[in-house]
Amino acid sequence: RSEAPIPDPFWASLSSSSMAATSSSPSLVDTLFQRSLDDLIRALRSSSSSSVLEAAAIARALDEIRREIRSPDLDTKAVALQKLTYLASLHHLDMSWAAFHALELLPSPSLPHPRVAYLAASLSFHPSSTDLLPLATHQLRKHLAPSPPTPPPSWPPALHLLALASSADLACHLASDLLPILSGPLRPKAIATALRAFAVCPDAAPVLFKPLVDCLSLSSEPRAVSAAVSAFCELALAAPDPSPYLPLAPEFYRLLVDSRNNWVLIKVLKIFARLAPLEPRLAVRIHDPVCQLLRRSPAKSLVFECIRTVLSSLSDDDAAVRLAVDKIKEFLASDDDPNLRYLGLQALAMLGPAYLWAVEESREVVIQSLNDTDTNIRHEALCLIMGMLCESNVVEICNLLIQYAMKSDPDFANEILDAVLATCGRNVYELIVDFDWYVSLLGEMARNPHCAKGDEIERQLVDIGLRVRDARPELVLVARDLLIDPAPLGNPFLCRVLSAAAWVSGEYVESSRNLLELVEALLQPRTNLLSSLVRAVYIQAVFKVVTFSFISFIKQIQAFDTKSSADRNAAFESENGVATADKAVIFDSIDNNETIKHESVSHLLDFVETTVGPLSECDDVEIQERARNVLGLIHIIRETRYWDIVAEHGLTRDKKISEIVELMEAAFSEELGPVSTNAQKRDTVPEGLILNENLSDLAEILGDIDVTPCTSILFSLRCHHPTETKEDSAPVIEPSSLLAEHRKRHGLYYLPTEKDEVESNDYPLASDRLLAVSHVDDAKDIVKLTAQSFIPRKAKPTKPRPVVIRLDEGDGVSSSGLTMVKEFKDDLLSGAIRNVLLGNESKPSSSRDMSSDRTSRRGENDASNNNDLFSQPKESNALDGREHRKSSSRKSRHHTRHKEKNGSPGNEDIEETSHRHSTRSSRHQGRHKHRQRGDAPPDVVSQEPVIQDFLL
Amino acid sequence: QIHFVILISRQGKVRLTKWYSPYQQKERSTVIRELSGLILTRGPKLCNFVEWKGFKVVYRRHDSIILVILNLYASLYFCICIDPDDNELEILEIIHHFVEILDRYFGSVCELDLIFNFHKAYYILDEILIAGELQESSKKTVARLIAAQVNVTERCVSLAF
Repeated sequence: RSEAPIPDPFWASLSSSSMAATSSSPSLVDTLFQRSLDDLIRALRSSSSSSVLEAAAIARALDEIRREIRSPDLDTKAVALQKLTYLASLHHLDMSWAAFHALELLPSPSLPHPRVAYLAASLSFHPSSTDLLPLATHQLRKHLAPSPPTPPPSWPPALHLLALASSADLACHLASDLLPILSGPLRPKAIATALRAFAVCPDAAPVLFKPLVDCLSLSSEPRAVSAAVSAFCELALAAPDPSPYLPLAPEFYRLLVDSRNNWVLIKVLKIFARLAPLEPRLAVRIHDPVCQLLRRSPAKSLVFECIRTVLSSLSDDDAAVRLAVDKIKEFLASDDDPNLRYLGLQALAMLGPAYLWAVEESREVVIQSLNDTDTNIRHEALCLIMGMLCESNVVEICNLLIQYAMKSDPDFANEILDAVLATCGRNVYELIVDFDWYVSLLGEMARNPHCAKGDEIERQLVDIGLRVRDARPELVLVARDLLIDPAPLGNPFLCRVLSAAAWVSGEYVESSRNLLELVEALLQPRTNLLSSLVRAVYIQAVFKVVTFSFISFIKQIQAFDTKSSADRNAAFESENGVATADKAVIFDSIDNNETIKHESVSHLLDFVETTVGPLSECDDVEIQERARNVLGLIHIIRETRYWDIVAEHGLTRDKKISEIVELMEAAFSEELGPVSTNAQKRDTVPEGLILNENLSDLAEILGDIDVTPCTSILFSLRCHHPTETKEDSAPVIEPSSLLAEHRKRHGLYYLPTEKDEVESNDYPLASDRLLAVSHVDDAKDIVKLTAQSFIPRKAKPTKPRPVVIRLDEGDGVSSSGLTMVKEFKDDLLSGAIRNVLLGNESKPSSSRDMSSDRTSRRGENDASNNNDLFSQPKESNALDGREHRKSSSRKSRHHTRHKEKNGSPGNEDIEETSHRHSTRSSRHQGRHKHRQRGDAPPDVVSQEPVIQDFLL
Repeated sequence: QIHFVILISRQGKVRLTKWYSPYQQKERSTVIRELSGLILTRGPKLCNFVEWKGFKVVYRRHDSIILVILNLYASLYFCICIDPDDNELEILEIIHHFVEILDRYFGSVCELDLIFNFHKAYYILDEILIAGELQESSKKTVARLIAAQVNVTERCVSLAF
């Protein structure tokens, strides 16, 4: 029709003139000169060299399409729609505006038109946003209408559209139309469609479920079985509680044993992986067939699925796990296939720390995988190793990894650092026993040439400083090493680490061995490479060091003076006599091992004064301010009379000196602690917010949990003087009832009680758990400390939350009514399925004798044909169920429904809708309804044991 | 369950997209952009699985013989996005299956075939997968069904003229 290429300028002028003439209505010219899809593609390809050209070409094409698609001529419309579909699917254009035009083409008698329309619709319709879908209902129904003998070619695309774009309404309306197809030659497609229909509209389940179950039977063609199995697999995996599918277990078992189709087997295994945890007998049953598949199957995908099933659902079965681990080793050893190595590592990671031996056995391969060319494999290996970390091996493995990170490429090195930092820092360092080791490991990480994780290392260095008192000396050592080394100063990634190091060595300066060395490191010339904020931290650290050295110096003298005078005076004088030249004040302070000489302090002051001096003129206010602070302090110290004539006896009791010392000591005396993440929650509750109201009903549920807040807690302040421990006890001021309620509700987020309510009345709470621990005792022992901080955490948060959750999800099997109350679609669906299945399989008590008699006979016949692994009586049970389902399914479906109704009144409307649907499909219901109603209550009891029988 | 199928050329051009889970148009573009960035950068002889936003994407490079000779378009990437608990190897087989059917239908499929017959590629895919489930595992059947459809369509077209 329009194959002849039209020169573009001509076309452009034509289209613009026609646009001008007829504004938007399509003209005959459009129809005659319409570009075909091929033309469009060619035009796009020729302009694909530059994105501007391409965009222009697309825009032009879109203009054409907009006009053409309104044409009354269906052919023109169809071509336009096809072009639009092309543009939409490959160039991401929005084609939702054309939904109506697609629907217009559906009823066309010419076959290609509906096809094009269906394609366009299935690619663009969106159940949530396409409001025109109801318009399609009628046409879909017409296309789905049975017209034997050969299925019309419009079936498959119609099904396809229904599968992809069905909204709840559409699915409900068309569910019954699917029924005839579910038994026809297009069964597999219909099954997949029915699955989608369930998903959006659980009410359709009663109608569609039975044919679906029938597809599992022996007689069905293999394709239908395959489709049905994947449908059930999907349902069982998606359902929050797969127990409604338990009655089908015998069918699946038969497939597992008999089927030779790998696609089917994989799906069946997935179903069993979901069902086995619900029913221990099932796990025992499937052990043999799964192991057999594991041993014999040549298909790797099937073997992998078996491995997964074993690891996830049969992990108690040692023999099976052993076998699976052997297979994993085979996977790991396959050098030529990276896929298998990847999956092998993943499977190992599934094992979890309980099966450390399995990883241990293939340790070498795993470590080698860290070297793999494929980043994904390396990542998996890393994840696996990280998953295996526990307190006993953390030191060894982390050392190994950090060493490895030194040699590996930058990206992966950082990935390793990230993993180590995250794993070790998890849950407030729960894995770490030896903090000295970990702190030095952090230092080592910072030295990694590729390290870009400065922020996290900084955080952890400071955090450990705040939380772990016993790690401080080592921390200061590590910080010193970092500060002295001039190399990291130029690395922008490390400046945060250095900032942390400077802060640590300033804050915990009392652990420092050589103050002068520290100050020199902090003021080395290369520090001007650092950002001003970090430099400010450096100078603040210098300030702390100067303060500390001066205070300790003065205290030494005071301590000396307050001692009994006589013999020490003599000693003093004699010494003074000996070494007057250097004016040294030397105390053989037996209490402290370190002595601080006047000389060294004054040298320190001189050094600081000369280096910091220039900085007081610095441009940056942060630096300038801090530099002036330091200089001011030094000035004050120098001012004191004491400083010049320090050697003179008696002047140490100078009032001014002790005032200065007290002042400075007070400035830094309070120990900083980590702020708990829920510090915000301790804010006063705003007016008008009534917490009690909603929580009152929770009180019953959580009544057993101890929530009495600990109201008096000691808050110790740091003090350099051992005798002068300042203690400050402050009762909690918060309204404790509110707090208690809040705590009840958010117990998960609270710190353990005794650490939580640490309060002081003068400062808004910088409490931490370790600080609290340190009150209890001087926890010298890290192990003790970790134990202290973990045990409450483990016990506390797990207690209150699951109680609430379990209340919602219910212990499914016995209380289907309770499950039905839930408003989630999945649950509606599984509830509906439960109705169908349990209804099918459970026997109304009245007819039990009769049917069991009949089925036992059949059971024996069939058992001889079937060389199932089922033992005979069990087989008969299974067949019993199948048989019975056929005979009285409808009846029993109703049966369960009434039962449900009795059980939960909140459920009425769901039941009503499903009822409406089923009346359409079967007319006999009314009759049974009345008869069954009387039987209902006793059957509630009989339901549970019947499922059990059916299992195997 | 399969969430979507995408075919991307090595130049990052999209050749086919099929969405089995609801994605809005905007999401679709971002998904394709992110995934092509992720997949096209991966070298040969690496594993075929990529983790992406909690899903897994199985991809496979398909080098057609003709195209390698022409050296015009080196390869197509077939990507399928699945849930984390799905079986990757199975999906890899599905891709293989799809490629084989395309090969059989077009006669050693190349990118141009897909460009100019994009609707046929969709029809073939629709025969293999419905609603994210594998439908037809027999190559012969798919070929037969597609051929029948094309016959019917062409007959109609010829009748129309």
